[in-house]
Amino acid sequence: MSASARPIATTRSTAGMPTGRLAVWWVIASEIVIFGGLLGSYIMFRLSHDSFAAEAANTNMYVGAFNTWVLLTSSLFAVLGHKAAEEGNGPKAAKMLYLTFGGGLIFLLVKTWEWSEKISHGHTLSSSTFFSFYYTAAGLHALHVIAGMVIMAIVAQTAKRNLELHRVELIGIYWHFVDLVWIFLFPLLYIAK
Amino acid sequence: MATAPVHHETHDDHGHARAGFIRHYFFSTDHKMIAMQYMFTGMAMALIGGFFAYAFRMQLAFPGMDVPGFGVVSANEYNHLITNHGAIMIFWVAMPVLIAAFGNYLIPLMIGCDDMVFPKLNRLSYQIFLLSALILIASFFVPGGGFAGAWTMYPPLSTKPEFGLTPLGATLFVVAVGVEFVAFLLGGINFVTTAMNSRAPGMRMYDIPMVVWMIVIASILFMGSVGPLVAGAVMLIFDQNFGTAFFDPTRGGDPVLWQHLFWFFGHPEVYVVLLPAVGIVAEIITVFSRKKLFAYRTVLYTAFGTGVLSFMVWAHHQFIAGIDPRMANIFTITTLLISIPVAEMLFVYIATLFGGSITFTTPMLWALSFIATFLIGGVTGIFLGASGADIYLHDTYFVLAHFHYTFFPIAIIGTFAGITFWFPKMFGRMMNERLGKIHFWGTVIAFNCIFIPLFVVGVAGEHRRIYDFTNFPELARPALRNLDEFATISLLVMLAFQPIFLFNLFYSMFRGPKAPKNPWNSNTLEWSADSPPPHGNWPELPRVYRGPYEYSVPGREQDYWPQNAPN
Repeated sequence: MSASARPIATTRSTAGMPTGRLAVWWVIASEIVIFGGLLGSYIMFRLSHDSFAAEAANTNMYVGAFNTWVLLTSSLFAVLGHKAAEEGNGPKAAKMLYLTFGGGLIFLLVKTWEWSEKISHGHTLSSSTFFSFYYTAAGLHALHVIAGMVIMAIVAQTAKRNLELHRVELIGIYWHFVDLVWIFLFPLLYIAK
Repeated sequence: MATAPVHHETHDDHGHARAGFIRHYFFSTDHKMIAMQYMFTGMAMALIGGFFAYAFRMQLAFPGMDVPGFGVVSANEYNHLITNHGAIMIFWVAMPVLIAAFGNYLIPLMIGCDDMVFPKLNRLSYQIFLLSALILIASFFVPGGGFAGAWTMYPPLSTKPEFGLTPLGATLFVVAVGVEFVAFLLGGINFVTTAMNSRAPGMRMYDIPMVVWMIVIASILFMGSVGPLVAGAVMLIFDQNFGTAFFDPTRGGDPVLWQHLFWFFGHPEVYVVLLPAVGIVAEIITVFSRKKLFAYRTVLYTAFGTGVLSFMVWAHHQFIAGIDPRMANIFTITTLLISIPVAEMLFVYIATLFGGSITFTTPMLWALSFIATFLIGGVTGIFLGASGADIYLHDTYFVLAHFHYTFFPIAIIGTFAGITFWFPKMFGRMMNERLGKIHFWGTVIAFNCIFIPLFVVGVAGEHRRIYDFTNFPELARPALRNLDEFATISLLVMLAFQPIFLFNLFYSMFRGPKAPKNPWNSNTLEWSADSPPPHGNWPELPRVYRGPYEYSVPGREQDYWPQNAPN
């Protein structure tokens, strides 16, 4: 659908913020409580079950740290993409988004390797409550990474032709949020032993 | 911007006419059409939920009876019926009709814009909602039957097939609820963003009609509370199918965790559906008493306060679930506190009525009966909020009667009030007042006859989860049995009155007298559009000059003062 078919409602900004950005913030607000509920449950369990620490010793902090670095670097590219979009340089913004996409891909590949190794050592979804949380929380996060990458590819396709450049910022905000969730997951699942 | 004619909208309209029936009725992005889709889907689900109530109430009053239209209700079927009656009425009737249908219909029209900010997201939200309804209905027909472990899905009934007896039905039920939450998250984001960003020029915060505020606050409450339950639903599905033990105490899990996750959503959910109904009532009583809403800002702040407090009361559902008694004290206090703002809203409405020139039209009757019946629901809630009394009353019919005295006014009375009030705008024709009043009295009197006896049997100790009371001689005393039978017969009477409404609805839709633009002489913006409004709502979007409740302003010829009238 072309931009001309957009309702007038979409173009207004009574609250003084572009509609898209406002909506992304509301998406993030509702996502925060989803992860909040899951991590809150995890923390309550963790505090009342000593067995969690022993199980957590099986996670590899260095792999987690590497993935943290990968995600943070990809966020840097998202910021650079936003800057390019602000300057009206669509192709450059698209290039930066592809680099961000690449960061997400590396993250997922590392995760795949890490999980196969865990499973081959007998740490599966149902082997203990700690690992149930580990796979559920990291899995839900990985789904968000995948969703972000799909949207990013679509945004990059249009940005390359200098269209809908405001979307570069929106996907960037979402990507930072996905990063931030990982910043909570990493210490909770990998560092605290 | 708003004074510019909406050129492209007229083009779009032509596209619609060519696109044909399917595209117009099933794939429209117009907020009014999506509202109708939500409303009629909700009404269809209400028929299913109502039929379930009929079947299990017949079994309760006349155990072992061959229920006409259903057959003999077996014990597991009974559990299946009560579970799905609850889930359907809350998730597939109250939510889609009160929030999604009225929200979609009213928000753009009342704030003076041509559509939602994300029309395609809006359409997607309805399609996901429809999918969730289909998943739920499909779950009734899988091997083992539909889920039968109560709509609250407590483990282990929901996680272990050997207890719940519905291996597939339980999973499909959780999936259906989860998919539905996604639909309403998308819808809620759309509602909040639209109301924040797309108001007509001149419409300040305090010029927004109360029902829009209430739907927006309700959407925010929903978004803020549903997250933990989404996470919980994922954990529950894993427990059911993939061998995890989040809620299994024998393997390191905790079943009470589910109850916390569920009620952290479940209690704000009460206010998610209450607030839109309260908003609808505010619009109706101001119009039909020709008075300004008493203390607009107080109502608004009260609604915010209620919203914040509603996040702090959830464990009052768990007083007998083995939670720490010290925690029960805290939740008793917060629960009793929340009755203050809710009572205040009702008193504000009574103050609005005071000294007004009241007309008893059908929507006004519904609005007034909302205040009366919800007051009973609220007052009986205080008994249950106090943990001491709750320990005795919790598993009795008292809880059930209290619940229905809150949700019936919200979901049924609020909906009928809204439909009868906005019907002229929605369909461009007037409803029949005489039929409307017959339906009103038949429904409201029968409703009270159903649930007042249930308070009595509840206090007398009748347990609310029993399939056949003849197995429990001490509960099967004739005095209680007679009240149970009376309640069931009242239900039959109430159901018998509903075809009158359906006839009135569909007959008036096609044959009713044509409605003028503003049949009730109301101030809010939707009444300045054509009845029914075309795609794009107005040829030229309105501008707002004053608040929504300027009725009977001294010195004016007319007793109303539309928001969009320059002077």
